[in-house]
Amino acid sequence: ENQDYVGFDTITQQMERKFLKRGFNFNVILVGESGMGKSTLVNSIFASHLVDSQGRRTAQEVIRKTTEISPVTQTLEENGVRVKLTIIDTPGFGDQCNNEGCWVPVIKYIKDQHAAYLERELKPQRDRVISDTRVHACLYFLNPGNRGLRPLDVEVLKRLTEVTNVIPVIAKSDSMTVDERTVFKRRIKEELAFHRIAVYPYASDEDDDEDRALNASIKELVPFAVVGSEEIIEIDGKAIRGRRHGWGVINIFDESHSDFVHLRNFLLRTHLSDLVEVTAQRHYEQFRTSQLRQIKELRAQQAAAAAAGQSGMPAPSVPLPHQPTMAQA
Amino acid sequence: MKFDTYEVTLEEEGTRISLTVIDTPGFGDGLDNTGCFKQLQDYIEAQFDEVLVEESRIKRNRRYRDHRIHALIYFIAPTGHSLRELDIELIRRLGEYVNILPVVGRADTLTVEELAVFKQNITRDLEYYKLPVYNFCWDDSDSEALEENREIMGLMPFSVVTCDEVLDNEYGSVRVRRYPWGTIEIDDESQCDFALLRYILLNSHIADMINFTEDVLYENYRTRKLEVGGFGEAEDEEENEGAEQEPAASKSQE
Repeated sequence: ENQDYVGFDTITQQMERKFLKRGFNFNVILVGESGMGKSTLVNSIFASHLVDSQGRRTAQEVIRKTTEISPVTQTLEENGVRVKLTIIDTPGFGDQCNNEGCWVPVIKYIKDQHAAYLERELKPQRDRVISDTRVHACLYFLNPGNRGLRPLDVEVLKRLTEVTNVIPVIAKSDSMTVDERTVFKRRIKEELAFHRIAVYPYASDEDDDEDRALNASIKELVPFAVVGSEEIIEIDGKAIRGRRHGWGVINIFDESHSDFVHLRNFLLRTHLSDLVEVTAQRHYEQFRTSQLRQIKELRAQQAAAAAAGQSGMPAPSVPLPHQPTMAQA
Repeated sequence: MKFDTYEVTLEEEGTRISLTVIDTPGFGDGLDNTGCFKQLQDYIEAQFDEVLVEESRIKRNRRYRDHRIHALIYFIAPTGHSLRELDIELIRRLGEYVNILPVVGRADTLTVEELAVFKQNITRDLEYYKLPVYNFCWDDSDSEALEENREIMGLMPFSVVTCDEVLDNEYGSVRVRRYPWGTIEIDDESQCDFALLRYILLNSHIADMINFTEDVLYENYRTRKLEVGGFGEAEDEEENEGAEQEPAASKSQE
């Protein structure tokens, strides 16, 4: 053995072993009106039936009046690596005649997870590993029947991009011809820029040339025009995931048919850890900073009030301004 | 929501149709869409009111052009689920003013099975919520036509796919939509109901829809309006009676 070889390059294997033992959490929220293909897409990406479509199908089912938050957790394993995957569906979002405020429960849920994490982080005696329920990615579903962003999309995207990583997708893109797809994507990109809506991925100082090239190619594709399918059909003796029409068969893995492979690789093969990291370092930190500032101001106000008023009274403990409503395990 | 009007004259083998198409860009696109219904209702009523005024004139214009709306084509988004609140409210509110033909827009995004289930779900919703879509069987005097009309009702909502390109093949020109995985011919009845809808609208049922608009929808509106004493005129019973008598008097003179 080379005597000058120190061996610190084995840290990657050491980290990998630790990671394998610990596993990790990955939380994705789905936002879009019903019938946009949300559940089918998610089930296609993870190649298993994780979520059921929550759309209304029978006449007797009541039409939802508000946006519900519906998380489903499942542990998946691949080559010894375990992921505790939580998919949060938002049935009722954008489905009413009047959609004012339909985003409130969604934003609240995302902030609640930041708040829950902060609360555990601030505890004097805290867990070695805090279970991470923070939302790492938001798939925002655009309707290919519209010309571009609707007023609702603009309102919601502005708010969502402030609290989580947003990835816009067109799930049922098989209703668009190639030209229509190109025009729609260009229009969406223009409108996102016009409204200064910053979707993921973000540029970072740490990016090297390879990162920049990859991110540039991702930005070219956004919004991802995908087709999802849970059905396996046979073409030329091969079993593929697709959709069979009278005029042709769509293969969701075919890059000329849909951006599915690009989206799946982006989400899970190239940017998975970045999504988790950016959630912690950017969105969570922003939340934490604003919360702690508010606490500081509140404390200052109360101290001033206590000094001016009663003496000998201890300053009351200050609760977090944003109170989480769910008890996190 | 705006109203964009397009007028065109169609002529075929001696028959001339003066066709007016009104598009409503912006419908359902806003944050709060509840105002759209009133806008549409006002628009349709305005056409009725014009006729009402014209009918009651002492001296009527022989060349009067009637702008009443004979059909409303309502595009349902191809979700594959069932009707949304917007769909239900629109049909419920406007069904008494205009003949509503529900269609599934961009139906080529659904497979044959998905479309069949979707149509079934929508039909159940139409029944459950008692939504007033156009009843093809309103005139039950002709039993032969009744059978055909029942069949047509059974196909509602009509699946439509719009033409993107016109290709030339050995049979002539074909209207299509081209995808990387295949090409759909929109006039092919096995692939969508476009050809049928076109036939109904511009050929077989054009008279039926005009008649229903004039004989039933407009008459109901007129009765309601005159009973309430509307028109912005004085609510004097005698004056109203005079208005009702006048058209009858003019008719007897012709």
